Amino acid sequence: MQHFLLFCVCVYGCPCLPYYQAIPLTRQYALHTFGGSERPVMNPIAGYLPVRPGTQPNLLHAPYVSSVKRSPTQALVQVPYTLSEVTGPSFGSQLLPPAAYDLTRQHKGEPLGERIIVSGRVIDENGRAVSNTLVEIWQANAAGRYLHEIDQHDAPLDPNFTGCGQAITDSEGRYRFVTIRPGEYPWRNHHNAWRPAHIHFSLFGPAFATRLVTQMYFPGDPLLPFDPIFNCTADEEARRHLISVFDWETTLPAQALGYRFDIVLRGRDATPMEG
Amino acid sequence: MTLPATTSQTVGPFFRIGLQWLYCDNLVPESIAGERVVVRGQVLDGDGIGVPDAVIEVWQANSFGKYAHPADKQEKPLEPAFRGYGRIPTDDQGTFRFTTIKPGPVPGLDGKEQAPHLLISIFMRGLLKRLTTRMYFPNDARNAADPILNLVAPQRRPTLMAKHAADSLEWNVVLQGTDETVFFDMGL
Repeated sequence: MQHFLLFCVCVYGCPCLPYYQAIPLTRQYALHTFGGSERPVMNPIAGYLPVRPGTQPNLLHAPYVSSVKRSPTQALVQVPYTLSEVTGPSFGSQLLPPAAYDLTRQHKGEPLGERIIVSGRVIDENGRAVSNTLVEIWQANAAGRYLHEIDQHDAPLDPNFTGCGQAITDSEGRYRFVTIRPGEYPWRNHHNAWRPAHIHFSLFGPAFATRLVTQMYFPGDPLLPFDPIFNCTADEEARRHLISVFDWETTLPAQALGYRFDIVLRGRDATPMEG
Repeated sequence: MTLPATTSQTVGPFFRIGLQWLYCDNLVPESIAGERVVVRGQVLDGDGIGVPDAVIEVWQANSFGKYAHPADKQEKPLEPAFRGYGRIPTDDQGTFRFTTIKPGPVPGLDGKEQAPHLLISIFMRGLLKRLTTRMYFPNDARNAADPILNLVAPQRRPTLMAKHAADSLEWNVVLQGTDETVFFDMGL
């Protein structure tokens, strides 16, 4: 058991280790602004668990060409959590438009393509359900075309498909969408570049600090190894979690295949610094 | 043993499809107390060109300094009609504009107050994870003692400070260069 715990510490840096030991030298400046002390300012508010190295992208990821002119060049400034960051907006289900969770029933007819069910649980890093939180999705249609004026891909629009949905998680953090499997599509990042099929996800969680926008991919997509956005994160396990899992349990007979996509939002650090 | 948070990914170029249903450039219903302010600005890339495909989100307290959130236990008036949230896209020139109220001060560290501020998230094509920053209000005496502003190098603090313009406040988001906006490490 002791060995197991030690392993955890080495790989991830447990909350008991001072955060600054795990961050690269280039970011040390921000920490020295804490009045020159070795630890961040005493903070009575529990913060969030530090990011595990390699599980989140760097802002600059040169293979993703658009990041080059749009990522900050100066180190992010590290600040303690205050009431402002541990609070955040909430949205009730009464806000949602009709058929928000069913993207195949937002128009007169049914959209073309393969109907699928995308569902999962939203939990935090401590394994707790994130209930009553807004989940927003958007995606291309079955032909790989977005209903957006700047998408000029030579593929048909579908008059019966907008490609946007919303849901509020239930008391156990579950959400569910009915949609169409999106098509792959070309983009101009590099020669013969194609995005793997994906669905964009936007989540809030309980606080400003827990906001997350991500993308869900499909198992077995041959484009995944070549996609600079999917591959922006060093940690292979973290990338794998972006790929949904085919799921018999949510597959409906003669209706739709089910894909499961669980999402983990940041969790509170259980060991706040002493005030 | 905890689970690692899901990897962030860019909103991409087509986020309007999914996010526009919550676009709102006026955060305040008429019934809400407080000094109305119009905030105008531009999001600029490393070439100084406006970013036409960005969206910013605002989170703030009401004019009494109370957040519409259960973790805010302060005995201050809560206004149910004020969510404290706004989502505003940039236009073709990368400019944005929204109306809100100047929030009241909220608790900071060690019992000290924070100066009135807006929390800002910025998303765009090219950003693999959101940027977070703060906007403070000009000529507010409380800025000098703000615990977060004081953690920022003095020469970079002006990037967090809105300026008075004719009929509004002006505050730009500069992604790169000498006037690069201070962005905070929010983990993701």
